[in-house]
This record gives sequence, structure tokens and C-alpha cells, in this order.
Amino acid sequence: MVPTSYFLVLSAVLFGLGVIAFVFKRNILTIFMSIELMLNAVNLAFVSFSRALGQLQGQVFVFFVIVVAAAEAAVGLAIVILIHRNRGTLNVERVDTLKD
Amino acid sequence: MFPPLQDLYRIAPELVLCGFGMLVMFLAPIVPKARHGALAFISLLGAALALGATRFMALNPGAAYSGLVRADAFSLFVHLIVIGVAFLAILGSVDYLKREDLDGGEFCALILFATAGMGVMAGAHELLTAFVGLEMSSIASYVLATYRRDEPRANEAAMKYFLLGSFATAFFLYGIALSFGATGSTHLDLMTPLANDSSHTLLKTGLGLIFIGLAFKVAAAPFQMWTPDVYEGAPAPVTAMLSTGPKAAAFALALRILASIDAAAPVWFWALWVAAALSMFAGNLSAVVQTSLKRMLAYSSIAHAGYILVALAAAAASDRMELGIAAALFYLVSYALVKLGAFLIVAHLGGAGERHVDIEDFAGLGRRQPAMAACLSIFLLSLLGLPVTAGFLGKFYIFNAALQSNQPSLLWLAILLGLNSVIGAYYYLRVIVAMYMREPEREIAAEPAPWTLSIVLWIAAAGTIYAGLLPARIIGYATKAAMNIR
Repeated sequence: MVPTSYFLVLSAVLFGLGVIAFVFKRNILTIFMSIELMLNAVNLAFVSFSRALGQLQGQVFVFFVIVVAAAEAAVGLAIVILIHRNRGTLNVERVDTLKD
Repeated sequence: MFPPLQDLYRIAPELVLCGFGMLVMFLAPIVPKARHGALAFISLLGAALALGATRFMALNPGAAYSGLVRADAFSLFVHLIVIGVAFLAILGSVDYLKREDLDGGEFCALILFATAGMGVMAGAHELLTAFVGLEMSSIASYVLATYRRDEPRANEAAMKYFLLGSFATAFFLYGIALSFGATGSTHLDLMTPLANDSSHTLLKTGLGLIFIGLAFKVAAAPFQMWTPDVYEGAPAPVTAMLSTGPKAAAFALALRILASIDAAAPVWFWALWVAAALSMFAGNLSAVVQTSLKRMLAYSSIAHAGYILVALAAAAASDRMELGIAAALFYLVSYALVKLGAFLIVAHLGGAGERHVDIEDFAGLGRRQPAMAACLSIFLLSLLGLPVTAGFLGKFYIFNAALQSNQPSLLWLAILLGLNSVIGAYYYLRVIVAMYMREPEREIAAEPAPWTLSIVLWIAAAGTIYAGLLPARIIGYATKAAMNIR
């Protein structure tokens, strides 16, 4: 059996990649995908802890996270569409009217 | 399978808020647009009934749904703040929605849904429930931030709010996952580390990540960069709501975690200390150079998050935790009244499309609209912390909590707080000087306040003075709430 720590390390790596992509990517959709990656890292952590502790709770949590992520995606994509319609670009560096 | 009646009583305010939210959503396409005032009225009725429904919580204290949420004095206190904010925010934006030709139904419904989420956060005694509440409030807020759909600045505000808000949520969730792994539970009162080598470290890391997530939500430095842009770009009545309700709910959640998980206080103390110091300086020093009143108030809300974090640090360090918690709760009340009023004034005087939000545009307001100028002065003086206003006593209680803990590090933090109040005085007074002592450079027509807005402003101003003169009752409830938090 694969030890739990392997899954946790993988989850930490995925989360870290999500953070790095969030910071360095410039396209709104890519940034949005990096957030989804972070949430999936969380899901992996939940299920692996769930297995390690012999509880089902952690797997139920994953459903909550998936549902909430879907609701968030609905609103997020609507915002992306608005930005594209009013600005014609999805580059976050060019969406910068609000600055000192 | 139906939940016992007691459990329903304990979440009565959320049920009322969601019920009325859905009713308004359902009616919005049926009712003709000219009559959308009626929808605002229904929403106000919903908020008022939700305020009444907190009585059910008060009469049935205890845990509901096998310990997921709790109805106690603490939850009740925060419920009163967030529902009160929702009521005043809806009442204060009726006229704004008409002026900007915006759809009234969805606006009110979204505020009700967001408030229900904040209520869940206030009562949550389990981390995943708290997460669901946090998202209920956040998702509705993202939509509200870009409620002026065709305004590019509002789009941009919503984009930043959404991206950084979801980013923070991911941190919060990862923290929950690690804490769950370390303790085998997400119920706040059952979260003690399991007996193996790594679980203490794991719980500490998890709590650290939860702190980052919450620090984003309360706009504390170094996670504050979204705040000025979002508060400036969002429609001003929405900013009034965003800068008060969600912040109170997120602070409530932080206090609940701090008080209930034994490992939290030592892990969080220095994080709170640093975040408090950074927020106060980052907020105040940036506010000094602003020319737009809306943006200045946004920076000032970062500074005020720092002041409240001082109270949290005091709660984390002291054996008498209730002093710090009560101080934070009192400050949240005084802050909510003042910020709500100030942003609603900006919304009204900004004129169509919110074009006149610079401090220059407020020159001569004292002569043009004396009542409005007087209200804004009261709010700014309370933000500054002048005696007779609630802001003074709020700062006093925070000082008291910090000094009573007998920790040298908190003494330093109290000194930084005092120093920052002085910096704050400069830019708050600058606005008052402009209103009363300077002539306007260009002629701006006086816009008399509609009666709905006047009521809100009078309530906020009267509340500020009341809490500043006769704080005994509010601080009494806050202390009772603080004792009841576990």
C-alpha cells in the first residue's frame, strides 16, 4: 500500500504549483485554472487524510468543496465574460484603471 | 428525518433571510421595473424579520445539527451587527439604484443571501460549515461588486475581488484539510492533536494557513492589496456593505477559532501582532496621500482592520481573553455604523456615475448641505477616535485590553496604535477642513438627501453618539458574548 505521506506531498506540490501559477500567469482564465488546481490539491489532502484516519468525513468534505467550486466558477466566468466584453482583453496587466 | 424544531429556531435568522432572498428573486422578473421599490420594501421587511428572528436564537441557546452551528450570546451579537448592516445598506441604496437605473430586486436579494452567509459564519462551530458560510457571503459579494455591469471600473473591482477572494479561500480550505488531518475532526471543540509525532506541526501549519485565508477576508496587511481597488471600483453602497458586514463576520470567525482551539493562540499571536502593525501603517500612510475620498476611506478601513487585530492579539496573549474579544466586538459595532454612513454619503454626493468622489468635490459642503456635512463630520471624527464618539471608546477598550495583558510586546503594539491615531487625524481632519473652510473650485449643485438615506444617516450618527456617550449596555452585551464564545 502506498503510504499516506506520498499523497500529502503530491497535494502540497499541486497546491504550490497553483500558487506559483496564480502569481506569475497573466491571463485571467489561466489564473482561474490555477485556483481550481489549488482546490483540487485540497481535495486530495482531504481524501488521503480520510483514508489515513479511517473516517468517511473527509470524503464528504470533498463534495462540499466541489459544489462550492462550481458555484464560484459560475460567477467567476460571468465576470470574465464581462471583462472581455467591456475591455476586449483578458490580460490582467491591461485591466488596470484602478491605480493610484 | 425532519430536523427538530429547536434546531430550526437556532438558525431562524438564516432561514428568514434566505426565504426572503428567494422570494425577492422570484418576484423580480414578474414585478415591472418601475415598481422595484416594492421589492426593496419586501427585502427590508425580510431583514427586519430576521432581526426579530434572532429572538428565537436567544430563547433557545445551544448547539444545533449535531454541533455544526451554535446559538449563543456571541453568535447573537454578530448576527445583530450583520443583519443591521444589511437593513441599513438596503434602505440607504434604494435611491442610488433608482438614480443609476439599476435593477433593484437582485441587488436586495444578493445582500440578503450574503447576510445569511455571514450569519452562518457567526454561528459556525465547525470549520466546513464556516467555509460554506464564507462562500455564501463571498459569492454574493463578487456579483454585487460589479453590479454596475457596463462600468469597466466595477468589472475590474469584481475581477480582483473574485480572484484574490478565491485565492484566499483556497488557503483557508487547505488549512482546514491539514487541521483535519492533525486532529481527526473539524468541530472546533474537538480539535486536539492526535497522538503521533507529526500532528502538532500539521495543526500549526493548518492554523497558519487558516489565518492567511481570514487575513485576506478582513483586509489585513500584507494581504490587503485588493482592498483599495475593490472598494473604489464597486458601487459605493456595495462598498458600504462590503467594508462592514463581511469584515465583522470574518473577525467573528477568527475570534471563535482563537477562543475554541487551544493551539491557535500561541500560533497566531505573532502573526496577529505583525499583521496588526503592518495594517495600521500600510492603511494610514497610504490614506494620507489620497485625493479621492472613496479610496481614502478604503485605505482607512485597512488601518481599522489593524486596530481590531490589536484586540485579537490581546485576546491571544492574555489570560483574560474576554477583554480583547469584547473590545473587538465593540469596535466592530462602532466601525460598522461609521463606515456604512460614510460610504452611503459618498454614494449620494458622488452624483450620477459617482463622478464627484474627490475630497475637492466636498469643499464648501458645510454651507451647501449642512446636515449632510454634519453627519459626515461625526463619522470622520469617530474614525479618528475623538471623545463623545463611539470610535474613541472603541480605541479605549482596545488599549485597555492590550495593557491589561501585561505583555511588553502588546505595550509596543498599543504605542503603535496611538501613533497611528495621530497619523489618521491628519487625513480625516483634512476632509472636515475642506467641507467647512474651503470654497468649492467648481459649482456643484446641492442634492437634497432622499428620506430613505436620511433615516439611515440619522440612525448611524445617533448610534455613533449613543455608543460614545452611553456604552455600558453595548459593552455589557459584548462582554457577555465574549464569555459565551466557547
